[in-house]
Amino acid sequence: MAVNQAIASLRRHFLSDQTPATGTAKINVGTTERLLSTAGGALLTYYGIKRGTSPGGVTMATLGGALLFRGATGYCSVNEALGRDTSDHELKPIEITQTFTLFKYRHDVYNFWRHLENLPRFMHHLQKVTQLDSKRSHWEAKIPGGLGTIAWEAEIVDDRPDELISWRSLPGSQIDNSGEVTFIEAPGGKGTEVQATICYRAPIGALGKSVATLLNPALAQMVREDLRRFKQLMESGEIPTIEGQPSGRA
Amino acid sequence: MRALCWVGVNDLKVEQVPDPGILNPKDAIVRVTMSSVCGSDLHLLGGYVPAMREGDIIGHEFMGEVVEVGSEVRKLQRGDRVVVSSVIGCGGCWHCNQGEWSLCDNSNTDAGLLEKAYGYSGAGIFGYSHAFGGYAGSHAEYIRVPYADNGSFKIPEGVKDESALFVSDAFPTGFMAADMCGIQPGDVVAVWGCGGVGQMAIRSAYLLGASRVIAIDRFPERLEIARTIGQAETLNYEEVDVLEMLKEMTGGRGPDRCIDAVGMEAHTTGVEHLYDKAKQMVRLETDRPAVLRQAIMACRKGGTVSIVGVYGGLLDKFPMGAAMNKALTFRMGQMHAQRYIPHLLDIVQRGEVDPSYLLTHRWPLEKGMEGYTMFKKKTDNCMRVVFTPQEA
Ligand SMILES: NC(=O)c1ccc[n+]([C@@H]2O[C@H](COP(=O)([O-])OP(=O)(O)OC[C@H]3O[C@@H](n4cnc5c(N)ncnc54)[C@H](O)[C@@H]3O)[C@@H](O)[C@H]2O)c1
Ligand SMILES: [Zn+2]
Ligand SMILES: [Zn+2]
Repeated sequence: MAVNQAIASLRRHFLSDQTPATGTAKINVGTTERLLSTAGGALLTYYGIKRGTSPGGVTMATLGGALLFRGATGYCSVNEALGRDTSDHELKPIEITQTFTLFKYRHDVYNFWRHLENLPRFMHHLQKVTQLDSKRSHWEAKIPGGLGTIAWEAEIVDDRPDELISWRSLPGSQIDNSGEVTFIEAPGGKGTEVQATICYRAPIGALGKSVATLLNPALAQMVREDLRRFKQLMESGEIPTIEGQPSGRA
Repeated sequence: MRALCWVGVNDLKVEQVPDPGILNPKDAIVRVTMSSVCGSDLHLLGGYVPAMREGDIIGHEFMGEVVEVGSEVRKLQRGDRVVVSSVIGCGGCWHCNQGEWSLCDNSNTDAGLLEKAYGYSGAGIFGYSHAFGGYAGSHAEYIRVPYADNGSFKIPEGVKDESALFVSDAFPTGFMAADMCGIQPGDVVAVWGCGGVGQMAIRSAYLLGASRVIAIDRFPERLEIARTIGQAETLNYEEVDVLEMLKEMTGGRGPDRCIDAVGMEAHTTGVEHLYDKAKQMVRLETDRPAVLRQAIMACRKGGTVSIVGVYGGLLDKFPMGAAMNKALTFRMGQMHAQRYIPHLLDIVQRGEVDPSYLLTHRWPLEKGMEGYTMFKKKTDNCMRVVFTPQEA
């Protein structure tokens, strides 16, 4: 019941006209396409680098880097060459929802998340989050492949202690997103159900749609892995890893 | 350091690799003194468990000495002599807190992979492919043990290395197999497979109150050990009709509890074997469930089938009708070592069970490939080859 209410409120929130749009002119890649480029690029670069040694991996990394650069700057030479401008203003939201149950008290889980400075500890692409005041925060993400960083500002839209936190990027940001995370007590003493919803805007039109369809599962997996790391960190105090362990490969 | 690495299907090599270091605050580094082969490794070696990568260090049943601890390790100290659970548990998730350590939510570093195959992912396991976390295994001079406080147990003084070693994996697996049976006074327990796991299941069934244990295998020396040390009655499935014999030996009722300590590579003769092997080769069926089929048929009505032999994927010709209409109870799983190890170390210390008889060959790492070949073919009366990585 509470979940349905949360979803309903989310829908209302995201479908309203208040959702911010980025305002910078002279960018030819539509906001969401840019977002997707960024996320998709990060993903491709990440996987490309992770599977690094194979020739296929190198290609993936290069492609990922290019896609990222394009996402970060809003500039796409391909679009320009085609004389196409996908920065249309009719936007359609894409929602990604992932849920995990944490064997932790709701209060502690909420507190850890509300302290936004903690987010980079489990959201891999985030480098730093700085709380500017009680509502506004400054976010920095690194672009894999040494292409620099991308930064934006966000504000807390709704904050109900132990229940819900929602945020959105401020107009004028390089990134246009919003999100909400809810904390619900799991039945049977199983802890806290954490549900995160991230919302992006997709341009309507063939390109936007196909790009979104292509990247959506990958983005969903990224959000899922971020949330999984949150669970691992909260429950076990650390994020398990095998990076840096010996093998007969090196 | 030297480490025994998987380099391809049925191909192992000792490689020179970097020493492991602490990667997380709850890690410890253990200097491995003994590391055993296990039936589970044969599934990796034969290519039945996907997600092995060339260069992966294998091995998961081991003991040794703590040489380094991370900043968040509380219970262990340098110099401690420990036996370590093959399954890795974070200690903080709901499952770990239920004592279901092999179902740990967090210890698999690549849970997404198993989620696709199984819906949800279980715990990470040392040296057991990237589907189970990709952790470097124990057939090496040193090993990094994540969540070390949960999985490493100090060996009581006076308990020999070779007696403590199998408390890492074979003993808790056999014990859990018997535990899952829910043995009642007077129960007859049948155990398929007389490898290290089956032998420990036989002992555990008696510890938990079985009145009789019947063990099934085909290797005379293994059946002999089951009879002499395990006090089991034995059946050689190559010589007798197992179903008929089990019926006869139980007054026509069938065994109350049936343990599968064989798993996906069960051996059979005749048409059934050819059928399963052929399907397995073309991956239409990934596992050969001959023992499971037989256990279901043999089990008395309302009895329990307890499965610790490992299965990986899909089965064919599974007698669901028999299971359903006989109202059988199925229990199964990778073992929850952390739940059982303290109790089992007590049992070993009191001398009630000394699992050291599972050790038949004590070899240096350099004889790794030879050791696995012998273990696979069960030649030279091999039960378990134990590597001593400190000896070159
Ligand atoms: N659940 C767990 O946590 C866990 C832990 C360790 C091992 N295991 C599994 O337990 C199983 C046994 O391990 P092990 O180390 O004892 O292996 P093993 O290879 O030493 O022993 C297996 C035995 O099964 C016998 N066998 C094969 N086909 C048979 C049949 N049709 N009927 C009766 N016996 C048959 C073999 O002759 C052999 O003696 C393996 O599948 C292994 O993966 C599970
Ligand atoms: Zn094992
Ligand atoms: Zn756990």
